[in-house]
Amino acid sequence: MAKTNVKSGIKVQKSVGDKIVDVIIYLVLGIIAISTILPFLYVFAGSFATEKELTEKAFFIIPSVWSLNAYKYAIKTANILRGLKNSILLTAAGTTLCMLFSLTFAYPLSKAHFRGRNFVMNLVIITMLFSGGMIPSFIVYKAYGLYDTYWALILPGLISPFNMIIIKKFFQGLPVELDEASYMDGANDLQIFTKVALPLSKPVIASISLFYGVGFWNDYFGSMIYLQTAEKFPIQIQLRSIILQSSTIVDNMVNDFDINGTPPDKAVKMACTVIATVPILCVYPFVQKYFTKGVMVGAVKG
Amino acid sequence: MAKAKKQLIKMADGTYYEANRTSTGKYFKQHIWLYLLLLPGLIYMILFRYVPMGGLVIAFKDYSPFKGLWGSDWVGFANFTKFFSNNDFSKLLINTLGISLLQLVLYFPAPIILSLFLNEVRHNAYKRVVQTLVYIPHFVSWVIIASLTYQLFNVTDGVFNVLYKAMTGSTFDILSKASTFWGLIVGQDIWRETGYGTIVFLAALSGVDQELYEAAKVDGAGRWRLMWHITLPAIRGTIIMMLILRVGGILNTGYEQIFLMRNDLNIARAEVFDTYIYTKGIKNGMYSFSSAVGMFKSVVGMIMVMLADRVAKWFGESGLY
Repeated sequence: MAKTNVKSGIKVQKSVGDKIVDVIIYLVLGIIAISTILPFLYVFAGSFATEKELTEKAFFIIPSVWSLNAYKYAIKTANILRGLKNSILLTAAGTTLCMLFSLTFAYPLSKAHFRGRNFVMNLVIITMLFSGGMIPSFIVYKAYGLYDTYWALILPGLISPFNMIIIKKFFQGLPVELDEASYMDGANDLQIFTKVALPLSKPVIASISLFYGVGFWNDYFGSMIYLQTAEKFPIQIQLRSIILQSSTIVDNMVNDFDINGTPPDKAVKMACTVIATVPILCVYPFVQKYFTKGVMVGAVKG
Repeated sequence: MAKAKKQLIKMADGTYYEANRTSTGKYFKQHIWLYLLLLPGLIYMILFRYVPMGGLVIAFKDYSPFKGLWGSDWVGFANFTKFFSNNDFSKLLINTLGISLLQLVLYFPAPIILSLFLNEVRHNAYKRVVQTLVYIPHFVSWVIIASLTYQLFNVTDGVFNVLYKAMTGSTFDILSKASTFWGLIVGQDIWRETGYGTIVFLAALSGVDQELYEAAKVDGAGRWRLMWHITLPAIRGTIIMMLILRVGGILNTGYEQIFLMRNDLNIARAEVFDTYIYTKGIKNGMYSFSSAVGMFKSVVGMIMVMLADRVAKWFGESGLY
């Protein structure tokens, strides 16, 4: 993308028509960007607003009266905090294990001289084309004793073939001379992997960790199928049940809580949505510069 | 390539100029760590990817949890014939293909168009801000998107309906109508994935030599001709690759999204293969029957990917693998 910065020596005069097209393009892009972000802003504002304002006004992005009632309620019911804790635990443990397995698996496969490489790569590609599917996997994982444990959410996706191939391509891009020099110094493959290859692979580690982490944080279906104990439910399941809760249930729970006597039903739903979204949005800016690179590596065939 | 391969092996055992290939035993000994690094992943692949594939035998059995995977009785293709002769089959096929084709027509071109727009922007800070914002929804879970959709479109107090009512006097219930379900799903897809989908196309465009544009401009080419003769050919390969992936996944409508958006009122248009497998298999315990449905889906999916890949190669593109 840096190439677009290059100024050419030749200046071509822009016509009036061209300038109008430019303005239209900038405007359309602006509208697209705003419409992407607007639902988030509305829910964010609504979560801090009073229930009264939410029912009276159709739309706003700055509440006239700021209130923390919705958050107080969301936290008081404890489920949302428990869900948050479970999700953080699951995401941290899951991402670490996934990275450990994916990095170690990708490294040998990135070596052109590695014997057995084609065989293993074919094994991987077959799993990308064909899979046992939901029900056989369910039965097999249940037989492994994973039902109602976090392992059922972590182990099945331990190595995503797609992510593994991105990592492998990144390793392949490291200069071969590094290996040669290290062999000369008497290093073995493990030492080269941990002391040479890994320190050079921060961009790919950052972006793939983000992909795995987001996957764990956002997972709903896996938890729904495999988890039974309510104490283990992650944030997405909690959020779903809060959104589906009819307002009367919330009414009964809230009546003794809200000072104005108006149950913050709508605001609570918004607050819970914000609580489940914010962690992702906090990590996102730090990793953004890496993941575009990561996706690009994956997009280039090799 | 072959030369470099030999050279590296030579490096490893120190005999630098030897031309012979190291024997397998010797190679294995030298690179034992590579095999040890590979081992955990390989065990994982077998236990968690290949064993479930073997579990597909239950599609040909009448699986009962008491008799176990191997002890259950063989029934041949009975589960498959039961599925194909079932009324549900045509309904599932129509819904799945309906959603997929709508995605192909409406969603697929969206990232391409957005990339072409972004490619025209010379103001880099503006471009970066737009990119940062449009990537965000991709990282947000379907539960949150379902929740946002509910909060914006529900009939009682959703923003959309409040405004719609102010203008027309009536409400429009997108969330619980069978006729709007496909549109709702594809709309969510467009909102969520268009921005993120531009990354691969912008990556392809970043490789275009800017001098090509300059040269064409000097020759008097306008904006449209530049786009037609330089930009579009540059992303042609990427477009075809993305198209292969989409056609290959034509039966994958994704269950999370549809599962979250469907309800009793729109179920007629909302039952697709994935949700059906879940309902019949995990909820109703018809393991063998739903495994057969899943297997049908996997096999068709695999054939579709291979066919699409073959077609792409036929047109002179590099294909997937």
